Amino acid sequence: MIKAATQTPTAHKRISTRKLILTIVMALVVLTMMFPLLWMISTSFKVEAEVFNFPIEWIPKTPTVNNYTSVWTGNYHFGEYYLNSVHVTVAVVIGQLLICSMGAYAFAKMDFRFKSQLFALFLAMMMIPDQVMLVPRFMLLNSIKLYNTHIGIILMSAFSVYGVFLLRQSMVGIPDSIIEAARIDGANHYRIFFQIVLPISRPMLATLAIMRFVWTWNDYQTPLIFLRDQKLFTLQLGMSQFADQAGTKYALLMAASVLSILPLLLIFCFGQKNVVEGMAAGAVKG
Amino acid sequence: MRQLSRNRRRYMDNRAAFVFLLPCMLGFILFMVLPVLASLGISLTEWNFLGGLKSMKWVGLDNYAKLLSGKDGWFSTSFWNTLIFAAVTVPVGLLLGLIMASVFNNGVYGSAAFRFVVFIPYISSIVASLIVWQVVFQPSYGPVNSILMALGVENPPKWFVSAQWAFPLIITFQIWQTLGYNIIVFYAGLKNISPDLYEAATTDGATALQKFRHVTVPMISPTTFFLSTMGIISSFKVFDAIKVATNGGPGKATSVVAFYIYREAFENYRMGTASAAAWVMFIIIFAITMIQLYGQRKWVTYD
Repeated sequence: MIKAATQTPTAHKRISTRKLILTIVMALVVLTMMFPLLWMISTSFKVEAEVFNFPIEWIPKTPTVNNYTSVWTGNYHFGEYYLNSVHVTVAVVIGQLLICSMGAYAFAKMDFRFKSQLFALFLAMMMIPDQVMLVPRFMLLNSIKLYNTHIGIILMSAFSVYGVFLLRQSMVGIPDSIIEAARIDGANHYRIFFQIVLPISRPMLATLAIMRFVWTWNDYQTPLIFLRDQKLFTLQLGMSQFADQAGTKYALLMAASVLSILPLLLIFCFGQKNVVEGMAAGAVKG
Repeated sequence: MRQLSRNRRRYMDNRAAFVFLLPCMLGFILFMVLPVLASLGISLTEWNFLGGLKSMKWVGLDNYAKLLSGKDGWFSTSFWNTLIFAAVTVPVGLLLGLIMASVFNNGVYGSAAFRFVVFIPYISSIVASLIVWQVVFQPSYGPVNSILMALGVENPPKWFVSAQWAFPLIITFQIWQTLGYNIIVFYAGLKNISPDLYEAATTDGATALQKFRHVTVPMISPTTFFLSTMGIISSFKVFDAIKVATNGGPGKATSVVAFYIYREAFENYRMGTASAAAWVMFIIIFAITMIQLYGQRKWVTYD
C-alpha cells in the first residue's frame, strides 16, 4: 500500500512491463506444473482409442461423458468407495469438531490440576510419528473386534492433538470478562461452552472442519492398514484397487481421478481463506 | 461461608473440566499414549503376529542392533533413500517456493489466481494424482515420452518402472505436490515484511536481486525455519507416494523407512523389527528437530 502510493507515475509504468513479462513467464511455469492435472481433465472426456493420440489433443476429437457415467456402474464398486469415504469423512469431521472443541475449551478457559503439564504432554505427542503407533493400534482394534470396520477408523481418528491445539489457540483469545459475566449471571460451563464459546469460535471450527475433511478424504494409510473387506474400502484405497482392475482403461481412470479430487476442489474454492489459515497455524499433516 | 462456596465452585470446576476433557483423554490415552508405550515394548521382542501373543520373545536391543548394523538390506536401502529424499525435496522445495512466492508478491498480475492454482496439487489426493502421473509418464505411449520421442530422444526413460528413474520421479512428484504449501506459507511471511525495508534498500540503490538476497532472505528466515523443520519431518514419514507408485520396487529400489515399517509389520508380520524401525525413525526426526532448534540461532532473524 505505502509502496504503491509513493511510486512516481513513470516508475510505475516501467515496472508494469516487467510485471507483464513476469506474469507471462509465471503463467508458463504454472501451466507446466499443471500439465498432469490438465491432461487428466482433458482425457477424462475422451474415448479410449484417442487417449494417447499425439500431438496431444487438448480438446477431445470425440468428446464424451461416458467415462463419468460408466465409472459408477460396471463392476468397479466406485460408487461404494465413494459412499464409504463420505461416511467415514463426515463422521470423523463431526467427531473431531465436538471432541477437540471440548478439550480445547478445558485447556483455554478452565482451571484444573496439572493443566499445563497435560498440555505439554499433548504437544510432545505431536512429535511422535504415526508409524510408531501403527502396530499397537492394529492390535488394539483387533482385540476389541473393531479391525476391518468403519467405526474403528472413525474412533481412532475422532481425536487429534492438532485439533485441540488449533482450537485452543483461538479460544484463548476470547476475553475472560465475557465468560466471567456469564458466570455471574449463573451460567455453568456447559451453557458458556455451547452458547458463547462455540459461536465465537466458528471461523476456527470451519478451518478445522475443512482441514480434517481434506486429510481424512485423502488418507490412504489408515484404511490400507485397518480395512480388509473390499466393500468397506474408502475412495483412496478403492482408487488404487480400481487402477488395477480398470487396467488400461485410461480415460475411465482419469474420470475417476477427477471425481475423487472434485469435492476437495469445491471445498478449497469456498474455504480457501480457512485452509490457508489452518496451514499457517503450524499444520503438521495428520 | 465464602471459602466454602469457593471450594464448592472449585469442585464443580474440576468436575466440569473432567467432563470436557474425558473424550479427548480417552482418545489420547487409548490411541496415542498406550500405543507409544506398547510399541516401545514390542520393539524389544521378536514377534510374528500370526503366532499370537505366545510367540513373543524378548530379545532386548537385538532388533535395533540388527537394523543399525546394515545386515538388513531392505532397511539400509530404505534408510539411505529416506535421507536422499529429504536432502533433495526440502531444499529444492524451499528454494522454488520462496522464489515463486516472491514473484507472486507484487511481481505479477493476478497473484491470487496464481496462488489458487499452485495450491491445487497439494489438496488433490496423492493417490489420484499419482495415478495421473503414472499414465502421463506411461513408458510406451504416455504424453511425456511421446513428447520426448518427438524431440528426438530415442530411448526415453521407463520412469516409474525403471530402477534408475523411479526414485527421482517420486522425488519430483513430492516437490510438485508440496510446492503450493511452501508458496502459500512463504507468501504469508512475505506479507509481514515491512515495505520500509525495501524502500530503504531502493534508496540505497539496491537491485532486485540484492533486495532478495539482503532483505527478503534474512527477514523470511523464521518461515524458512518452520517450513524446513516441517518438510524434514514429513519427508521422513513419506509413505503413500511410494506404496501407490512403486510398492517399493523395482526390487527394493524405492523403499523408504515408512514403507519398510509397513512391509515388516503388515506383509511380513514381524512386529518387533517394524516397531524398532519406527523408533529409529522417531529418534532421527527428534534429533534433526533438536539440531534445527539449536542451529536456528545462527541463521534465523527475529525482529
